[in-house]
Amino acid sequence: MKDDAASAFPEIGDYAVLGNCRTAALVSRSGAVEWMCLPTFSDRSIFAAILDRGAGHFAVRPTGEHRIRRRYLPGTNVLETTFETPTGTLRLTDSLVLPVAGSGELHPQHELLRRVECVTGAADVEVSFAPRPDYGRVCPRYARRGKLGWQIVGCPYGATLMSDIELGHDRPGGRLHGTAKLSAGDMRWLSFAYDESEVSVIPPLGADAEERLQATIGWWEQWSARCTYDGPHKEEVLRSALALKLLTSATSGAVLAAPTTSLPEVAGGPRNWDYRYCWIRDSALVLHAFLSLGFTEEAEGFLEWLLHATRLTWQRFQVMYDLYGETKLDEYELPHLSGYRGAKPVRVGNAAHGQLQLDIYGELMQTVVRYVDAGGDLDDVECSMLCGVGRQLLKLWRLPDQGIWETRREPRFHTFSKAMCWVALDRLRDLSKRFPMPIDRARLDQACTDIRAEIEERGYNEKVASYVGYFGGEEADASLLLLARYGYCKPGDARMESTYRYIARTLGDNGLIRRYPDDTRYDGITAPENAFAPCNFWAAEYLANAGHDTEARALFERLAGYANDVGLYAEEFGARTGKPIGNFPQAFTHVSLISAATALFREKTA
Amino acid sequence: MTPTAAEIFVVLVWGFAATATLSAVMYGAQRLGYSRLSIPFLVGTLFTGERSSAQALGVVFYLMGGWLFAFIYYFIFSAIGRTGWEIGLLIGAVHGAVLLVMLLPLLPYVHPRMASEYEGPSRVRRLQPPGFLGLNYGYRTPLTTIVAHALYGLILGARLTLT
Repeated sequence: MKDDAASAFPEIGDYAVLGNCRTAALVSRSGAVEWMCLPTFSDRSIFAAILDRGAGHFAVRPTGEHRIRRRYLPGTNVLETTFETPTGTLRLTDSLVLPVAGSGELHPQHELLRRVECVTGAADVEVSFAPRPDYGRVCPRYARRGKLGWQIVGCPYGATLMSDIELGHDRPGGRLHGTAKLSAGDMRWLSFAYDESEVSVIPPLGADAEERLQATIGWWEQWSARCTYDGPHKEEVLRSALALKLLTSATSGAVLAAPTTSLPEVAGGPRNWDYRYCWIRDSALVLHAFLSLGFTEEAEGFLEWLLHATRLTWQRFQVMYDLYGETKLDEYELPHLSGYRGAKPVRVGNAAHGQLQLDIYGELMQTVVRYVDAGGDLDDVECSMLCGVGRQLLKLWRLPDQGIWETRREPRFHTFSKAMCWVALDRLRDLSKRFPMPIDRARLDQACTDIRAEIEERGYNEKVASYVGYFGGEEADASLLLLARYGYCKPGDARMESTYRYIARTLGDNGLIRRYPDDTRYDGITAPENAFAPCNFWAAEYLANAGHDTEARALFERLAGYANDVGLYAEEFGARTGKPIGNFPQAFTHVSLISAATALFREKTA
Repeated sequence: MTPTAAEIFVVLVWGFAATATLSAVMYGAQRLGYSRLSIPFLVGTLFTGERSSAQALGVVFYLMGGWLFAFIYYFIFSAIGRTGWEIGLLIGAVHGAVLLVMLLPLLPYVHPRMASEYEGPSRVRRLQPPGFLGLNYGYRTPLTTIVAHALYGLILGARLTLT
């Protein structure tokens, strides 16, 4: 086997994700865990070969030639990779274990459990375990602990590897390495256990490991059984829901945008951002996705996070927060990492957190209304907080901002931002009729009238017959596909219909829609763009809401075909290939898929 | 040598303060990544395998143990006829060293949930044993343990008085 440090970077779509709702791991098609942060999604990595071939991996795979098939076990986030070699077939089952509450057994904080079995014939399997804590900065030492496996020493936490396959210390490679010959019926286990600051818990292998694996499978199956969606493309919708659940923090209710950082939006960079945070912008679609699929607990948990974890910045919202509402997300670079296929810089933190992006107020209010419509209640404190947000927005809405795309150029008057300010104040107006809210409704009415007048006068360009990206401009912007979705206008309005056509005509490329023109330095970065995946699902949703069902269905079918082999989507589609590009898997893409499927196959969403 | 009610009160108050200090240092060492030794967790898991219950139980027993040891320190001070922060610090350091050298190595033999390097983990026995001087829990474990216990002794030595 080639050392992973020397092998080529896989395609982004070659990864699958494992998760336990506290952290996630990305596994390549070849059976190597190449991304994992501990103890939470947003902490430092221990395996980061996805960003630098020398920054840590945990590979289990056959030696020699083989063909690969993969799938998630139905209704779960447990991954099964099948390797067909000339002499036999190996099956690798990977999971991040979900501890069973009330079992009376001690569990480590995290356990990555891997089972490799020989299904037919015989085959050699090889293990390469090379953790590199702190984003690859640390090459740890290993201490053999008898029948308690190997302890990783030289890092501040407790990490152990138990293995049924005899491993040795490859000192030059800084890794543990071993091989075994398996015959049909043979099974081996590997368990990587992690405890942040407590005495380590070392789970046993064999039958006990099988129980933990089955319990994890059972947990996911039970969760999936709660999904109420039963229309066409059920598998894709459920996979999206599972991806979303995997990215939902069990400890705070927050939903992460993606578990990775700096997977480039364009080959070679520099559009490399850290997405391991929670964007307020995603909230309305996330909540809609959970509620429309019957996952009310997750919806409530998310709203609770939204209203309470973000209190540090009330009443002016920050664009994004970390899992626990932390606001200081300073951006810095990791120059020691090569970046995915040389895409530098690798960034940690996100400088966009300090930007003014007015659309997030609309998404927040829409989320709250959606929650209330579904039977949720607001207490006095929450009502008062929402009024405070409204009063703040009455002062802010006339300002230019960075817009939904977080452009790193001077602020502009973005049409979508203004429309979402209208949405925010309109929804607050609605809420104030249903709950006792100390806010001047006449001021809300006047602001809504003023905003709409501005948009219709300056955000709509008669020459191109379309709403445009910013006041006075001519460029289309795919965010405007959401105008009907958020109730700013009706899907069938003439101006909206012509806007859709203008977007499809000017931003469409090879059947896929970009979020904005890439030849105008629209976002202040000169590198070209691929097709932003959520926009394409928004287009399908818009068409469905506008009654263009055939067109919508055809588009949805095509987009469904762009998922990777296990049903996951990244942030973007390659403009020419449709392949997943950018941070992966991306919650926003998956919620957009759910929303489009709902509009197409269940009920209109606008 | 029998303490008066007033002396018992003083021992309880400063025993609590010393235990809180010891706990704070040990917990701080855990959070800063210096050591993963958590005596409350090890004590709590003597009784239950549920992590949260073990933590809660462990803290209660640890506090009671802190008070018990405060009385033992009082009797040692009485036996040698003097108190003072220096003697307290010395006794505390010895206390920490005894814990590291004699008590922790015994744990795998008496703790029902501690695994052994010879037999491997089992359904019940899963806790990593501490190893020599608790070094399995981090190479700074001896240092943080002795410092924490020395501070415990220092507080008691400085505040307890003999009549």
